Amino acid sequence: MIMIGVLVAVSATLVWRRDGIDGVLEILTHDLALFGGILPRVLAGCLLGAFIAEILPHEKVSRSLGPNSGLKGLLIGTAFGAILPGGPFTAYPVAAALLTVGADFGATIAMVVSWTLIGYGRAVAWELPILGVDFTLWRIVISLPIPVLAGALGRFVYVRMYPQGEAPPS
Amino acid sequence: MNVSALIIDVTLWGSVAVLAFLVWRRGRPVLVSAAREGTMDFINIVPRIGLGVIGSGYIAAVIPPEVITGWLGPDSGWFGVLTAVLAGAATPGGPVVGFSIGAVALKVGGGPPQVIAYVVAWALFAFQRLLLWEIPFMPAKFVWFRAAVSVPFPFLAAALAMAIGKP
Repeated sequence: MIMIGVLVAVSATLVWRRDGIDGVLEILTHDLALFGGILPRVLAGCLLGAFIAEILPHEKVSRSLGPNSGLKGLLIGTAFGAILPGGPFTAYPVAAALLTVGADFGATIAMVVSWTLIGYGRAVAWELPILGVDFTLWRIVISLPIPVLAGALGRFVYVRMYPQGEAPPS
Repeated sequence: MNVSALIIDVTLWGSVAVLAFLVWRRGRPVLVSAAREGTMDFINIVPRIGLGVIGSGYIAAVIPPEVITGWLGPDSGWFGVLTAVLAGAATPGGPVVGFSIGAVALKVGGGPPQVIAYVVAWALFAFQRLLLWEIPFMPAKFVWFRAAVSVPFPFLAAALAMAIGKP
């Protein structure tokens, strides 16, 4: 957080030196409006995360998304990430909820990577209109194997970094 | 508000309502405590998101898009892929910025595999999204681990694009 604060302060100072106080205020009002627009969605994401953590039974999640869930766990994580609605304000709280109820790093990585690469939300809203149908579809086809591979690599590395099988941090 | 934003909000709050109903079936106190927990998460996260969203405008303003488009350059083989991956990681701002830079790079003669590598790298580990979105919500250890594990995949995507000759 301190690092981010410093980064923002330095950037804001650079903008101020280049564009004066008007430049600083223009960005501030624009981003404040953006922030106001995002807030309700962040709340929805946090509620979603809390409800999911409440509903999903702990043993079941550890069985289907835990360290020993195998390829099936990675595929479930991938499918879940691909269908999850909303933006970062939903994906990250939900992923954090999965970690706390017993999913391992591998399955959670598969979920986050799947959300960012093959989730429909961003592709439909932004990528299709800007980059075109042809590029977007091929980009998604090429990306299809990546969530499972990233999850598998994550599991492989995690087991070697933490051989004692310590629980993932919550 | 445009149509896609409306669709996002409807599906989002629709999912919240469905899940709230499922929690409520386990009893009213369960729903109240889960809702309180979600709201507490929200209150804790707001300052961090605020810093992120309000600060990101300044970060984006000091890294002009032309710099990143320059890095992508024309069709340039694996060196081009490597610069594309670095450019993707360094791109600030939201989805519009990343995809627009990709579109500009395609227009000025960037090779499709390089642009694929750029878009995938940006989606996987754009530093600004990691710092401003992912870290506030998730354990930092997970975020760095996930980003490190993701590093090979933009290269894999570029290799696949070269192999199949698409897009």
